[in-house]
Amino acid sequence: MTRAVTFFIMLAFWVTLSGMFDVFHLGLGVLCCLFLAFFSSRLLFPEDTLPLRLRQVWGMMLYLPWLMKEIFIASFQVSYLTVSPKMQDLIQPQLIRFRTRLKTPFARVTFAQSITLTPGTITVSVIDDEFTVYALTDKAAQSLPGEMERRIAHALGMD
Amino acid sequence: MIINGIIVFLLYLALVIFATGTAGILRFPDFYSRLHAAGKCDTMAAILALSSIALYHLSENPDLGGVLVALKILLILVFVFISSPTATHAISQAALIIGVEPWGREKK
Amino acid sequence: MHAVFLAAGIFIFFLMLLTLYRGIHGPLIFDRILGGNMIGTKAMILLLIIGVLHNNLSMFVDIAIAYAMLNFITTLGVTRLFFRKRSISDTAQEDDQ
Repeated sequence: MTRAVTFFIMLAFWVTLSGMFDVFHLGLGVLCCLFLAFFSSRLLFPEDTLPLRLRQVWGMMLYLPWLMKEIFIASFQVSYLTVSPKMQDLIQPQLIRFRTRLKTPFARVTFAQSITLTPGTITVSVIDDEFTVYALTDKAAQSLPGEMERRIAHALGMD
Repeated sequence: MIINGIIVFLLYLALVIFATGTAGILRFPDFYSRLHAAGKCDTMAAILALSSIALYHLSENPDLGGVLVALKILLILVFVFISSPTATHAISQAALIIGVEPWGREKK
Repeated sequence: MHAVFLAAGIFIFFLMLLTLYRGIHGPLIFDRILGGNMIGTKAMILLLIIGVLHNNLSMFVDIAIAYAMLNFITTLGVTRLFFRKRSISDTAQEDDQ
């Protein structure tokens, strides 16, 4: 089962990147993908975590629209700050540290990327469960970890 | 006709965000706040511009070749979406290790 | 539509020149890396726009994929250099993991 899913993902990549549909190129692709799926499917889905992964992909699909909305707000907020002449009075830069309750590395990476993309905050350093975040304003600093951590835990099936 | 309007709107919105990102990287007072302008504005503008170009190509040649090129642009979009925050994070962590101090008007 | 994409390409080119100021003059080395990274992102979009202008997007999109990966790997590689610089300094033990 794991190998079949790996095979179809690889084949989709091959067809997209090569764009040729004659027998020779397609046969070469099928052969390569069979070899890859047989020998190294453990790289993509370690230790038979396929059902969990599929559920997480579905959770991320539900999480992405909210993230896109946040990125949209973020880019307009930064745009407003850069064009306003009183910029140096509007920002209060500060470094803050907090601990997260997310356990797996995948969830922590997702959380760090989301912090970087949402308004007013970027992740500076992640050591185990301690996040160092640089916030541009006081309001952005107080909103962490808050709602985003809850949403990620929900999306990855860990609550 | 309406699809052309959407394409032009997306492309020029991307250009405006690119312009403010560039203004941000020139105007912000310290290094970490310049990272804000780079990380957010560049990601958003690249996503908008890439989707605009993909839509234009699909509307010009709606056959199998056009769909394949649009899929490749979608691949670039996903890659930018993952790699841009990672690059920002790598630069900021290197700066923190070297010991670059954040800017502040009043130290508390 | 041709004129729209041409104007967008010229505009992005001038934005790249403005970003180059931060790349040349930036007070820190990290400002220079950041400027290079932003120029790379804009260059990728500019490549795709050139492809649209030449009616040959299927060739330029492959170059753009390669350029996006090159940009990312360059940034990671340069910043890795600073991580290593710390690990041979006095705090080598606590960084070792």
